Amino acid sequence: MSHIYDIVIIGGGPAGLSAGLYASRAKLDVLVIEKEKFGGQAATTAELENYPGSIENCTGPALVERMRKQAEEFGTTFSKDEIVEVDFFDDIKILKGRKEEYRSKAVIIATGAEYRLAGFKNEIELRGRGVSYCATCDADFFEGLDVAVIGGGDSAITEALYLTKFAETVTIIHRRDSLRAAKSLQEKAFNNPKIKFIWDTVVEEAKGDEILESLVLRNVKTGEISELAVNGVFVFVGLEPKSELFKGKVEMDDRGYILTDRNMKTNVEGVFAAGDVVQKSLRQVITAAADGAVAAVAAEEYINEKFNK
Amino acid sequence: MLEVNKDNFEVEVLNYTEKPVFVDYWGDKCQKCIELMPDVHKLEEKYGDKIKFCSLNTSQNRRLAIAQKVLGLPTMIMYVNGEKAETLTPDKINTVEDIENMIKKFCE
Repeated sequence: MSHIYDIVIIGGGPAGLSAGLYASRAKLDVLVIEKEKFGGQAATTAELENYPGSIENCTGPALVERMRKQAEEFGTTFSKDEIVEVDFFDDIKILKGRKEEYRSKAVIIATGAEYRLAGFKNEIELRGRGVSYCATCDADFFEGLDVAVIGGGDSAITEALYLTKFAETVTIIHRRDSLRAAKSLQEKAFNNPKIKFIWDTVVEEAKGDEILESLVLRNVKTGEISELAVNGVFVFVGLEPKSELFKGKVEMDDRGYILTDRNMKTNVEGVFAAGDVVQKSLRQVITAAADGAVAAVAAEEYINEKFNK
Repeated sequence: MLEVNKDNFEVEVLNYTEKPVFVDYWGDKCQKCIELMPDVHKLEEKYGDKIKFCSLNTSQNRRLAIAQKVLGLPTMIMYVNGEKAETLTPDKINTVEDIENMIKKFCE
């Protein structure tokens, strides 16, 4: 018989790490399983200046490393594995990983979300060859070169500002005529001499022989087609939940976001969800961390009632 | 792992013919690259007799990386007789298993 954890958390981003912190402080036996890199999307975010208390050294990697250490300090254990199958049917939940099988009294799903593709021609073919979804990973390459950013939300503008430290010009291509990003970010972008804007425009195609050379643009109002020579394009057009594994196991909305109540409970007893994978209006590090805390406390209550009577 | 750069890339990778050469393109700011690194070192212990393992810091060798058509991190390339035989771009690398699967193909 393998070990039975109190709580297994799937996903090591801010939601999972915060859940780990709260659960281990409650002296529960808790494991966080991460398949790729701890920190989730936050680990590839240049600056997280909207996370309270994160003023000095507020880069994403620095913040999540502090979160991870803090959780570890209180006894959270970690595993590098990818869960490929879950069985939530019985009181003891079973999670099958590539490396081993895990059993627990409660599960917190904190698998997060990932970037959505913009959908232009050759987007996939030129990934890692000029088409990027991670400014912190790839900005270095574009020192002194021209890049474009697709999107108009907080991520797009934050990353565009970061890219100005490297690139010669950063052209923001947005399908509307105004930005959705926070006003303070907009102000910074409008005042940055390296940033240019192309409004009401979508990217139709990426062109290039092995590496990106230009983008074919279409104005959505006039239909006019033009070409923009760039060495790199960074895509920030929204998110998609990483919930494929749980289809048919817990309730979701039609976009795949998991439905929970205010205590982060799913419709399945003993299964909770937290962070970007949950249906909600604001997906930020702070809301992910908050979800994680709520889920851990709710899971603790559930375990006490169910198993410790 | 042999650290390759603009000075020794030609000798160690392009002109090397004894066995296939694996190059791990990484960068100082690439969190995913840094997370993968210990596991890639373990692959070297496992397959090092059949494959030559190299790493290239793109932060310090940007022109060389771009000349090799690497514009995203992490990227892993297998060279056979100095020619690119297979490339894993960032979207193809989720876990170290993806890298191991590529390496295994060149171990025959």
